[in-house]
Amino acid sequence: MSILVYAEHDTENLKPETAKVVKAATQMGDDVHLLVAGENCQSIAEQAAKLAGVAKVLVADNAAYGHQLAENTADLLVEMAGGYTHIVAGATTTGKNFMPRVAALLDVAQISDIIGVESDDTFIRPIYAGNAIATVQTADKVKVVTVRAASFDAVDESGSADIEAVDVVKTSERSSFVTESLTESERPELTAADIVISGGRGMQNGENFSLLEGIADKLGAAIGASRAAVDAGFVANDMQVGQTGKIVAPQLYIAVGISGAIQHLAGMKDSKVIVAINKDEEAPIFQVADYGLVADLFEALPELESKL
Amino acid sequence: MKILVPVKRTIDYNVKVKVKADSSAVDLTNAKMAINPFCEIAVEEAVRLKEKGVADEVVVVSIGSKSCQEQIRTALALGADRGIQVETEDALESLQIAKLLAKVVEEESPEMVILGKQSIDSDNNQTGQMLAALTGMPQGTFASEVEVNDGKVKVTREIDGGLQTVELTLPAVITTDLRLNEPRYASLPNIMKAKRKPLDVKPAADFGVELESHVKVLKVTPPPERQGGIKVADVDELVEKLKNEAKVIS
Ligand SMILES: Cc1cc2nc3c(=O)[nH]c(=O)nc-3n(C[C@H](O)[C@H](O)[C@H](O)COP(=O)(O)OP(=O)(O)OC[C@H]3O[C@@H](n4cnc5c(N)ncnc54)[C@H](O)[C@@H]3O)c2cc1C
Ligand SMILES: Nc1ncnc2c1ncn2[C@@H]1O[C@H](COP(=O)(O)O)[C@@H](O)[C@H]1O
Repeated sequence: MSILVYAEHDTENLKPETAKVVKAATQMGDDVHLLVAGENCQSIAEQAAKLAGVAKVLVADNAAYGHQLAENTADLLVEMAGGYTHIVAGATTTGKNFMPRVAALLDVAQISDIIGVESDDTFIRPIYAGNAIATVQTADKVKVVTVRAASFDAVDESGSADIEAVDVVKTSERSSFVTESLTESERPELTAADIVISGGRGMQNGENFSLLEGIADKLGAAIGASRAAVDAGFVANDMQVGQTGKIVAPQLYIAVGISGAIQHLAGMKDSKVIVAINKDEEAPIFQVADYGLVADLFEALPELESKL
Repeated sequence: MKILVPVKRTIDYNVKVKVKADSSAVDLTNAKMAINPFCEIAVEEAVRLKEKGVADEVVVVSIGSKSCQEQIRTALALGADRGIQVETEDALESLQIAKLLAKVVEEESPEMVILGKQSIDSDNNQTGQMLAALTGMPQGTFASEVEVNDGKVKVTREIDGGLQTVELTLPAVITTDLRLNEPRYASLPNIMKAKRKPLDVKPAADFGVELESHVKVLKVTPPPERQGGIKVADVDELVEKLKNEAKVIS
């Protein structure tokens, strides 16, 4: 079993998801190679080489991979696929973008968003917004798999893999990068944070999210949101937690002014401890909450901040 | 410009499914079915492009048994011009769906294909990207804004860190995210009109595509239930529990 894992990074830092995706890969087999594709990404390769369980780091350093365009990245992976039994990436917006292309070009199925590895060909994945859990077995020679990072622990940084350059350049004529506007934040990333505090429609507007910020600052927490809060323009799209947003499983998740629709629960119900603050005692969020506080958030939040 | 919109019949998003007692599948008996919400957004976008004069025809296609004609009719009521049902009784995987759609693309030669980013049943998030790969079209996935200009389309994409804009040469594949638009409701007169719009039925077997499944579902089980929690009386009790019982804050 030889496994090629796609390393996710922002040119400066290896994303914390990658150490978790590597963990999943080591459960599929023991010869794990990590591909670092990007522009000026040598320092990423060095970070990647430290991940335990990685036998080799392959670096494709070229402007063609600078913005991780799906067309170029997929063609690179297809070119490299020979000799690998598994191609694995995180189920992030990057992995979701190019991996199905890799699968189609190799004429194999993709197993999306796995939360468990039963064996080298059998995987566990949620369907129907996590209301059912499927165990699936693939007959394909090359298994193309995306991994839900929140379901795996990170490997540690005790490794020292060899680094090798890959000299493959793939450039699509028909797709080009225009701009990017990335949210700047001092806070931990949603998918990596130990504590997440999320606001919903009950927050009423974007300014009121400052009530969550005070608490997040004290707890070192990331801030998330429901779809309703994002759609209403209170906060940015990349803060959406749920079936079709980000999946989180922190030690502590605090849902404020969120009713608990199945699509939201799909993104947070594997958190270790869940707190819900909602003024409606019938809100479905209380069915998954370890600690429910029936209260007006505009009173509860300032008090909570002062008592932390 | 012609736009092709693949739509899928799925469970209504409000329904919380249950798993069958024999762990073989989810139980869809009598479940309320609907058009996949992301496909509805795709239809809306195509219809808006037609209303703006950018597109002149919107064709919807659904792959499935006869019942998916309901969802094709829904799309026609929202403003699509004609429908195609690719008929099959099999529950196909995204790869096979993408292969069939690639054949439809060959026949119809659309300048743009707009799909949903994800089906809310399989939660696959694959078909659009696979179709793009199979047809050699560039892709703009998870779109929150689409702007067509001079044989090109600019797509603003919702990504984990924020937003990214790419420019694609047409023909191109786009998949929709939630913020792309808010779909309209079909009016009664439009629902009546939709009944008379053309709907072609073509057997999947006629497309000459390999439809064998690659993935076997061994079992489907319910997710672990969370233990019911408690209600705390006030903020003081909440802080006390988090510190001393759950030990998640200090
Ligand atoms: C295809 C599809 C995909 C979706 N994907 C997602 C997803 O990924 N993530 C997601 O979150 N949703 C998603 N949704 C939307 C989901 O169905 C719900 O509409 C959404 O989660 C509701 O957000 P909310 O709980 O903030 O709003 P609401 O349901 O309106 O709830 C607001 C809550 O705030 C409480 N409240 C109001 N004022 C106060 C106050 N002063 N103090 C305390 N409590 C107060 C109310 O009691 C209520 O419970 C999706 C929907 C569809 C159709
Ligand atoms: N049976 C189908 N018929 C038509 N379109 C489909 C079908 N299945 C999936 N699609 C399209 O592919 C999108 C993504 O689906 P999926 O890859 O299954 O998550 C959907 O939103 C549809 O636009």
